[in-house]
Amino acid sequence: MLNIEGLRIEIDGQEIVKGLDMEVGTGEIHAIMGPNGSGKSTLSNVLMGHPRYDVTAGSITFRGEDVFELEADERAKLGMFLAFQYPSEVPGVSVANFLRTAVNSVREKELSPMEMYKLIQEKMKIMQMDPKFAERYLNEGFSGGEKKRNEILQMLMLEPKLAIMDETDSGLDIDALQVVAKGVNELRGPEFSAIVITHYQRILRYIEPDRVHVMLDGRLVTSGGKELADALEEKGYDWVRQEFGAGTHS
Amino acid sequence: MPEDKTIQELGLDEYKFGFHDPEDYFFKTPRKGIDPEIVAMISKHKDEPEWMLEFRLKALESFFEKPTPTWGGDLSEMDFDEIYYYIRPMENQGRTWDDVPEDIKNTFEKLGIPQAERESLAGVGAQYESEVVYHSLKEEWEKSGVIFTDMDSGLREHEDVVREYFGKTIPPDDNKFAALNSAVWSGGSFVYVPPGVHIDIPLQAYFRINAENMGQFERTLIIADEGSSVHYIEGCTAPTYTSNSLHSAVVELIAKPNARIRYSTIQNWSLNTYNLVTKRGVAHENATIEWVDGNLGSKLTMKYPAVYLVGEGARGEILSVAYAGDGQHQDAGGKVVHAAPNTSSLITSKSISKGTGRSTYRGLLKVHEGAVGSKSRVECDALLLDEQARTDTYPYIEIEEKKVNTEHEATVSKVGEDQLFYLMSRGLSEEAAIAMVVNGFIEPIAKELPLEYAIELNRLIQMEMEGSVG
Repeated sequence: MLNIEGLRIEIDGQEIVKGLDMEVGTGEIHAIMGPNGSGKSTLSNVLMGHPRYDVTAGSITFRGEDVFELEADERAKLGMFLAFQYPSEVPGVSVANFLRTAVNSVREKELSPMEMYKLIQEKMKIMQMDPKFAERYLNEGFSGGEKKRNEILQMLMLEPKLAIMDETDSGLDIDALQVVAKGVNELRGPEFSAIVITHYQRILRYIEPDRVHVMLDGRLVTSGGKELADALEEKGYDWVRQEFGAGTHS
Repeated sequence: MPEDKTIQELGLDEYKFGFHDPEDYFFKTPRKGIDPEIVAMISKHKDEPEWMLEFRLKALESFFEKPTPTWGGDLSEMDFDEIYYYIRPMENQGRTWDDVPEDIKNTFEKLGIPQAERESLAGVGAQYESEVVYHSLKEEWEKSGVIFTDMDSGLREHEDVVREYFGKTIPPDDNKFAALNSAVWSGGSFVYVPPGVHIDIPLQAYFRINAENMGQFERTLIIADEGSSVHYIEGCTAPTYTSNSLHSAVVELIAKPNARIRYSTIQNWSLNTYNLVTKRGVAHENATIEWVDGNLGSKLTMKYPAVYLVGEGARGEILSVAYAGDGQHQDAGGKVVHAAPNTSSLITSKSISKGTGRSTYRGLLKVHEGAVGSKSRVECDALLLDEQARTDTYPYIEIEEKKVNTEHEATVSKVGEDQLFYLMSRGLSEEAAIAMVVNGFIEPIAKELPLEYAIELNRLIQMEMEGSVG
């Protein structure tokens, strides 16, 4: 599904991701855990094709296609999705209008207004959202929790092949976290892969990962099963730094 | 000679005739430029009463006396001697849809205007499907005493009313361009709504089939008598191509106590046009005047719809949106004068600038001494689509009364990289993403327009951004 090889990323001349390899198979859910500043968000933005970053080396292959030259919209059409940590506000554009435009952009055949309406209603119900929410302007005045639910709502509407979730759990209370996890588990299946990027182990209780990676200073320093997340929870990032930090391994 | 024929000859309709080589289809004044002889000729052609001729000639003096304003857009290339001030169509033009230039047809196509309406707009189809609708509406209006006609007919058929109000809200010496319009005006609408009458369906200029519609110097006068209400929609959003480089209109509104007038316009001028318009309304006790104003196209637009709140409890609202593309300057805004207690006003101005386009918000908020308890809010938001685009804000505020509440807020935003990335990550192309941000930006104005106009406004701006219009 996704193959990352030797990826190096710079922003404003400063290297953030320093050689990263990763493979996500079809139907797998991977977690990337790491402390602040380890390069997690940079990685997720680059996977989706944010123009601000420079990829200086390596490759990203998605469903057999090198996505290096592809714009974000083309990657979305291939089936990639990024749930943003800080989604932008778009005043004057309703959630419903945005969902309609987005869904019809990625689909080969446009949905009829009735089909669209039903689909929005159905997915909002899963996310336990008030139908009136669809008429609000996109992310404008949304609480942190509403923004994250809205991201997952978009994911359910677009039905991507690969979802990258950039700290979707941060700032959520336990109820909201469960709703978000429910949304992700809704899509879980042999055709759906995900990368759950997080600082904390908490979300992984609700979205069980097949594989856990620990990111530190721009590299994946260790990988394992879900027991790695538990170890991390117990011992903290200082343990990772001591075990795998740049000081001991370079 | 029967009068009707004279009136028909007087059609000065840019929609109908602006697409064609003027030499083939127009009869115009014997020479370019303006002087008392030309003005007298116009008045004589229209068979006007003596007082109107005097009004025109006096206005002409003001026009000559007043210097060209230098505080707004660049008018230095404006040459008043290079303009024909009165043009009337020849009879039996005998044109067909095939004569309409391809690019105009394409624009209609993109706007999704029905064929019958396209032909009417292009001046080749005298019959228009809505004519039947119009006639039944007209009958209904006439039954309740509503007058809705072109200004020339208004003057002929309702001289007393016209004389009482014409040029009172905007006197001929108000400014150089109001003076020019007063001297050479032709076309425009005349509307009178009797006390207590509410017109549910908006009056639209294009309903007036076979009558003078928009012109170079059109003049509109709308009077809503006590407790009445009307929504007037000017023209249409199809691009107005004109061989002439100056459009200078005057619009006067009078809302009597408890009356309500809403005046909506979306204008889209060709890129060589100076669009210099004076619009002003007077709102009496507990009356409301609302301007909804969209400005696209033109080389330079200078337009500041105004509301004078002269009666206690009167309310004024000005909503404007401007789009300045490459080489264009939209100098627009609004003026509100609070001259009575407990009056309220709201100015919302939105501008979009792209390429070398420049948009200026220029507004005046004045509160006279004694206008206690008045409230006003001014909000101007500018959206810049790229680095070289420019926007300026000139909010003039003169407040002579202490017991008032005024707010002013100005924002400048850019279509941000993160915003575009967000939208594109959901499958929208870059163009679609920018269009979505822009449409959202003007949504507060668009939602005040009737649906079909709102859709056209969005489409027009989208087309402007693609560079396919003008």
